[in-house]
Amino acid sequence: MRHVISVLLENESGALSRVSGLFSARGYNIESLTVAPTNDPTLSRMTIVTIGSERRIEQIIKQLNKLVDVVRLTDLTEVQFIEREIMMVKVRAVGEGREELKRMTDIFRGRILDVTESSYVIELTGDDHKIAAFLDTLGAENIIEVVRSGATGIARGEKSLKV
Amino acid sequence: MELSGGEVLMEALKEEGVEYIFGYPGGAVLHIYDALYQQNSVKHILVRHEQAATHAADGYARSTGKPGVVLVTSGPGATNAVTGIATAFLDSIPMVVISGQVPSRLIGSDAFQEVDCVGITRPCVKHNFLVDSLENFASTIKKAFHVATSGRPGPVLVDIPKDLTTPDIKVPFEYPDHVEMRSYSPPELGHPGQIRKAVDLILSAKRPMIYSGGGVVLGDASEQLCALTRELGFPITQTLMGLGAFPASDKQNIGMLGMHGTYEANMAMHECDVLVAIGARFDDRITGEIEKFCPYAKIVHVDIDPASISKNVVVDVPIVGHVSQVLDAMVALVRESSRRPEQAELDSWWAQIKKWQDEDSLGYDKTADIIKPQAVVESLWRATKGDAYITSDVGQHQMWAAQFYGFDKPRRWINSGGLGTMGFGLPSAIGVQLAHPEATVACITGEASIQMCIQELSTCLQYNTPIKIINLNNRYMGMVRQWQEFGYEKRYSHSYMDALPDFVKLAESYGHVGMRIDKPGDVDDAIKEALSLTDRTVFMDFITDQSENVYPMIEAGKGHHEMRLNPWKEPA
Ligand SMILES: Cc1cc2nc3c(=O)[nH]c(=O)nc-3n(C[C@H](O)[C@H](O)[C@H](O)COP(=O)(O)OP(=O)(O)OC[C@H]3O[C@@H](n4cnc5c(N)ncnc54)[C@H](O)[C@@H]3O)c2cc1C
Ligand SMILES: Cc1ncc(C[n+]2csc(CCOP(=O)(O)OP(=O)(O)O)c2C)c(N)n1
Ligand SMILES: [Mg+2]
Repeated sequence: MRHVISVLLENESGALSRVSGLFSARGYNIESLTVAPTNDPTLSRMTIVTIGSERRIEQIIKQLNKLVDVVRLTDLTEVQFIEREIMMVKVRAVGEGREELKRMTDIFRGRILDVTESSYVIELTGDDHKIAAFLDTLGAENIIEVVRSGATGIARGEKSLKV
Repeated sequence: MELSGGEVLMEALKEEGVEYIFGYPGGAVLHIYDALYQQNSVKHILVRHEQAATHAADGYARSTGKPGVVLVTSGPGATNAVTGIATAFLDSIPMVVISGQVPSRLIGSDAFQEVDCVGITRPCVKHNFLVDSLENFASTIKKAFHVATSGRPGPVLVDIPKDLTTPDIKVPFEYPDHVEMRSYSPPELGHPGQIRKAVDLILSAKRPMIYSGGGVVLGDASEQLCALTRELGFPITQTLMGLGAFPASDKQNIGMLGMHGTYEANMAMHECDVLVAIGARFDDRITGEIEKFCPYAKIVHVDIDPASISKNVVVDVPIVGHVSQVLDAMVALVRESSRRPEQAELDSWWAQIKKWQDEDSLGYDKTADIIKPQAVVESLWRATKGDAYITSDVGQHQMWAAQFYGFDKPRRWINSGGLGTMGFGLPSAIGVQLAHPEATVACITGEASIQMCIQELSTCLQYNTPIKIINLNNRYMGMVRQWQEFGYEKRYSHSYMDALPDFVKLAESYGHVGMRIDKPGDVDDAIKEALSLTDRTVFMDFITDQSENVYPMIEAGKGHHEMRLNPWKEPA
């Protein structure tokens, strides 16, 4: 199953490679991994999307917890949570297709960030389903370039991950 | 007090109560060596190869419970140390390694003798640090010792750029008296509810089995393990790493389990209905084929590392905590309770175990006219009254040492189990001997393994460590040869040790005593003679049976109940 794990780690050089090294050394899947500092400059927050059996996920969480740089973590998949990812996609936009693309972007609540005679750069935010659906709609033949931030996530309600 | 980086390190080591530091100098640590020269609280042991520094520190740690300390230079010094760091990591041995690094401003420039030491060692340390300022040096060392020795122990490396140890750059020195790390708090106390549940299960067992491991040695809980085992009257098996925590000579001990464990221990594993795993990690060498592992058992598992639990085998009652605390609590609950397992059931379980013991799975031909390696180990055991410190290398000799030297005390059996590092035996023995100057220390090795760190014979002379080297010389990488015999139709591909040195002359050239023994009748006397040379390192080259195999054995894909037994049988 797909799990979204949020990790607070010491904002120190090398902390990221401890996490990524753990995943490659133990052969765990990484679907995506994002990391950036938080409002507390001593902490980074990382979101890891991984896939595995329940036992595998349990090991991943235990092994992450074992890393000395990991301060706290939570498996968001266990609670109600919001997942967001940002994507920018450069698409071919010519002739009649231009209008259609604009309409689709509106329906998906995306934004057109850049326009040339033959292309658009569209920004879209959402979870992985929405992003996949949008890419589908665009059609592989029209896509010039895709860049995705990787998923970030946060629990709904009062629950929070902080020190 | 204002101190330079080198002096900070020396003061910090002194504060930590460090007795010995095992090392080898080089450019990046010259300032530190200069500070070392000007103090006299920490003794430095100059090895002949950095791998040996780590193994010696490791032997010191295993035999004392205190962390081993290593000092190496940047680049090749650090990479040479990696094997020993990984060895300590896989066996959870507390160790602090200080490595020099090129000056801060040169990091990342492919400077002379620069390697990314923190990067190279990351997967084989419990944690590591690159020191970024002299102000943080003392607190980093404090953290290093704390992390290395607490929770599940392990090696910690501190990489220190050369500019931070410059003699004329000084900072006020204050050694922290405690450590604050919000991201590190190893578990201590086992959950009382889980402990209760475990004891309930244990007291309801009909065919119980205690399976204990290195965690009991690491956690100094031998006394508690004995108390629980004796209170319950259960059979106990120990892993290679756990040997000695429960006395081998005790009737309740039914030997090691696993690939080369005894028939009775493995059969009892297969048939038991309650398995109590204590400080052991269900390594693949002990489980055999995982699908066939303990098919009838409910399993209790006590371990300080949550990640050890249900990693390889899913258990029924996990208890995360320090083994001595958890065992204390268990013993108290058992003593409080009036319940006991059904005595009749326990008796018939023991009767069954006796039958398996009658198989005499460690039996070997004692009448052969060629030296049997097992007989050498038994002779050593008799001559030392089972009370020596034994280090070992890796191979058949290691297994025979484990099978035939009955360890009655913890921290007496020093070997590389997890990584299986050939070359470990001699340098680790140096560390053990330094820690226990009056004790008998023997290194049971093979002619292939001993050559991997043979240069340390020179260190033995320099520091007068009177180790007794027992070389079980079968002219083969015996363990490799055995696998080739069983699995590759005796195609002995590159497992023959050709062009061996004359070990007697070799030992003599290093200033030691060399002995060559090739007759079974000479074994006892030779060992006695060697042991009588209490102030000399003695290299005993035993010419042993080349064709001897380690039995019994669980082969790949087999379960505990499918052991391959020695085809040789004691004539009736
Ligand atoms: C050639 C060769 C053959 C081998 N054959 C065998 C064999 O036949 N049988 C065998 O048993 N091994 C064998 N081994 C060794 C094997 O590879 C493993 O090293 C060994 O089985 C692991 O032992 P252990 O489970 O006791 O774990 P260890 O590696 O000693 O781990 C200790 C466990 O205890 C935990 N722990 C540590 N401190 C504490 C504490 N304070 N409180 C609670 N828990 C703690 C740790 O978290 C860890 O899970 C062989 C090795 C070699 C090289
Ligand atoms: C550094 C290292 N290289 C290779 C191996 C693989 N290996 C395991 S046992 C063994 C042979 C050991 O031979 P020897 O020391 O003579 O011991 P014997 O088995 O003959 O008793 C080898 C090569 C290892 N464990 N360690
Ligand atoms: Mg050999």
